[in-house]
Amino acid sequence: MKRTWSFWVAFAAATLLIAGVVSYFASSSPDGLDSATLRGCEVVETADGEELDGHCMAQHASEHTLSASPLADYAIGGRDGTGGIAGLIGVLVTVAVAGSAFWLIARSKR
Amino acid sequence: MTVQTLAMHMSDGIVNAPTSLVFGAIAVAAIGLCAAKARDELDERTVPLAGLVAAFVFAVQMVNFPILPGVSGHLLGGALAAILVGPYTGALCIAIVLVVQSLLFADGGVTALGTNITNMAVIGVAAGYGTAVALYSIARRRSNEVPVSGLGVIAFVAALVGTICAAMGFVVEYAFGGAVVTSLGSVAGYMFGTHALIGIGEGLITAVTVMAVARSRPDLVYLLRSAREEVPA
Repeated sequence: MKRTWSFWVAFAAATLLIAGVVSYFASSSPDGLDSATLRGCEVVETADGEELDGHCMAQHASEHTLSASPLADYAIGGRDGTGGIAGLIGVLVTVAVAGSAFWLIARSKR
Repeated sequence: MTVQTLAMHMSDGIVNAPTSLVFGAIAVAAIGLCAAKARDELDERTVPLAGLVAAFVFAVQMVNFPILPGVSGHLLGGALAAILVGPYTGALCIAIVLVVQSLLFADGGVTALGTNITNMAVIGVAAGYGTAVALYSIARRRSNEVPVSGLGVIAFVAALVGTICAAMGFVVEYAFGGAVVTSLGSVAGYMFGTHALIGIGEGLITAVTVMAVARSRPDLVYLLRSAREEVPA
């Protein structure tokens, strides 16, 4: 019985540790897909922020509909250094949404 | 025009509206099918694992790892989720992660949810799990008891294949309705190259995670359970 418990505790602890702590060590470079959409453009710093110079797919991308949401870009209200807390919130929301969806699916079995 | 930083998935506008609609419909149909089929995979014992796997994929997706100077990658998680909780439940795990990321964290466009779900939850899971099943049945033909290290190798290859196929899903969508600035061949080559590298990282994370679960609770690993059920006692 103890073994059963320790598995769940270890899995949950690893998940929380990765979202809350390890996420601070993530690379901030664009990922493979993002860098593909940025090919042909150069990111230039201007007074209004960053702009894309050249021709690339990313120029056709629109701002996210929910970019003003309180957790946008994995930060609390856009504040620096809050990525870990945002990550922990994301883990809890995901486990709640997925857990209830899967519970409902399992229960609908006849 | 401002650059969106920290986006990990396709933004709105990368492909045109008709393409988004078509892949939105494909995603909705696939999710419906998965929800129906997941009933055979889920019971009171596996529901907690499935919920935790979704949260684990969310957490690990936050951790971008460098693959080339100025380019990073992150876990997609399709093969990982499918090996642990089954292909239909696994696809739902990834889809739920993508919906949470888009609606709560503004990561991945809302109209791009269809393409993102098609690539990562449908194609990534189908290719990754298909590879895992094929390799596992070959391994079992050689010896009835596949060691955990062998399962790790299977998980690594399955995740690598799943990642590359998911990236090719984007290439198909770009061919359908992308804002054409680069030739299709060039986009395909670049996506293949970067995602082959990302796939190595994906493979390592998937192998380590699957091996850890298989060591402490082999009874929970869907790939192992399903193979056992097929064999007549």
